[in-house]
Amino acid sequence: MTHTPAIETAALGKSFGAVRVLGDITLTVPAGGVFALLGPNGSGKTTLVRVLSTLTRPDAGTARVLGHDVVSERRALRARISLTGQYAALDELQTGTENLAMMGRLRGLGRTAARRRADELLERFDLTGAARRRVLTYSGGMRRRLDIAASLVTPPDLLFLDEPTTGLDPRSRHTMWDMVTDLTRAGVTVFLTTQYLEEADRLADRIALLDGGRVAAEGTADQLKARVSTGRLDLVLDGPAAFADALRALGDRAVHIDSEHATLGVTTTGGAAEIRALLDELDPDRTAVRAFTVRPTTLDDVFFALTGRAQEATRV
Amino acid sequence: MSDVLAYPVLAARAARLSLRTVDALFTALLLPVMIMLLFVYLFGGAIQTGDTPYVVYALPGVLVLCTAYGASMTAPAVTSDMTAGIIDRFRSMDVGGRALLAGHITAGAVRNLASVVLVVGAALLIGFRGDGGALGWLAALGVLIAFIVALSALSAAVGLLARSVEAAGGFTFAVLFLPYPSSAFVPVETMPGWLRGFAEHQPCTPVIEAVRALLTGAPAGSAPWIALTWCGGIFTASLALGSWLFHRRTR
Ligand SMILES: Nc1ncnc2c1ncn2[C@@H]1O[C@H](COP(=O)(O)OP(=O)(O)OP(=O)(O)O)[C@@H](O)[C@H]1O
Ligand SMILES: [Mg+2]
Repeated sequence: MTHTPAIETAALGKSFGAVRVLGDITLTVPAGGVFALLGPNGSGKTTLVRVLSTLTRPDAGTARVLGHDVVSERRALRARISLTGQYAALDELQTGTENLAMMGRLRGLGRTAARRRADELLERFDLTGAARRRVLTYSGGMRRRLDIAASLVTPPDLLFLDEPTTGLDPRSRHTMWDMVTDLTRAGVTVFLTTQYLEEADRLADRIALLDGGRVAAEGTADQLKARVSTGRLDLVLDGPAAFADALRALGDRAVHIDSEHATLGVTTTGGAAEIRALLDELDPDRTAVRAFTVRPTTLDDVFFALTGRAQEATRV
Repeated sequence: MSDVLAYPVLAARAARLSLRTVDALFTALLLPVMIMLLFVYLFGGAIQTGDTPYVVYALPGVLVLCTAYGASMTAPAVTSDMTAGIIDRFRSMDVGGRALLAGHITAGAVRNLASVVLVVGAALLIGFRGDGGALGWLAALGVLIAFIVALSALSAAVGLLARSVEAAGGFTFAVLFLPYPSSAFVPVETMPGWLRGFAEHQPCTPVIEAVRALLTGAPAGSAPWIALTWCGGIFTASLALGSWLFHRRTR
């Protein structure tokens, strides 16, 4: 086992025209395990993945992946990584088998070996029934699975997955999670991006939170949760008027706002005295708050707290 | 992945994709035959080509027209690859632009040769006879192949330049007109002066003249060499332009 980190970046930056999409990314991803990149839409996740997988040139800083510089040593690096991007990278006019066999041949497998590998992967991704159909006829989830299979024709040392489970049904999502776990057991480092906080919580050994092209936080799921608070108190208010009053009184303290259900969340230590004081403050007449629940911190809270996007949270 | 190893895989892929673009394939194979029949039976009676039967006069022009058109279909195929996700996959596997473009050019050449065979077959059926002999016919085929490869390379470069498949399709349309102001269908002497100047000096003319002479056994003069020089020039310039564009688009 070497101690070279899988990914090491220093002050990495990328602009498109005048727009600075990545600024000053300094990140270390240890070899082995799963690293999740979490961030809202447009925060630069795809751009970072593309830079790290040699598809886009950075214009500031450096990045070494598996010990190779992503610009000057990209040929050597490409032989050791695989990427499944956010959007399908398949030939619609070829069948599933043909696509995978072609990728195998391009990875240097012989004709028979490529064909055999294609069959294995189709089986593993539950696509055997559609193997002889053109990709044009595949559903979104089937394409996603084939696209990921295409990254595995020869086992990489590092696998990049840009939103691998977006658009998958719960069953396929679980299959994907199992597959990621299997890969890491086999020694592959997986670098994935996701919109699903639950997914990061479940799969990732370490998580980086990207916001506006900067790393807002980095650490294990537990470390991130500890940074934010120890829990959240959700208050269900008695109607829109009470909701508006409470929201005004809480101001910035509200980390979760759900007007539809007249619910407000504030961070809390979970202590009885603290909760009693808060209820007294908001609701001295004991009429405005209908119910409350105390929940442990989730990555949602971390996400919203650290990306400064607390308002109008949606349920995951 | 070295380009040399990737090339046959990508050529087979490009051939498969073009076989499956059914409407385009149909047009590429049958349009030339229909154009020939159109010229021979509709216009042929009215066009004066001296002692030469019109089908003999027109066949080289039809061949150039159909190969030019067929080669131009490489442009949308390349644009389609460049604008789809597949290019990212290829790049992440370190498949180079050279292998990808060479694959398209090869598939295009094979497709074009198929339509050449169809057109020549149809021409023979409706009375084309040439006294060029086996050697002459082979030489004519050689000139045509050079023309096909050069135009396919040009189309690949255009395909890299175009931002959308529709835009690349516009090139196909433009190429379809290029052979008309040449000696393809009417003798250039019948054209107005300004057009004649263009017709005599555009690349299609020496290719047509060379093919016509080689097929019929007439003296070819310098036409084959001028044709090959044009093809070599177009090919080299297109490759240089193509690899520059590829690097620019995949930075
Ligand atoms: N080629 C490009 N040219 C111009 N702007 C770009 C380009 N690629 C990305 N951007 C911009 O960079 C920003 C970050 O994009 P990116 O795709 O990396 O975000 P993301 O975090 O992956 O978003 P999502 O969650 O929606 O996939 C966006 O504002 C986007 O418009
Ligand atoms: Mg993205």
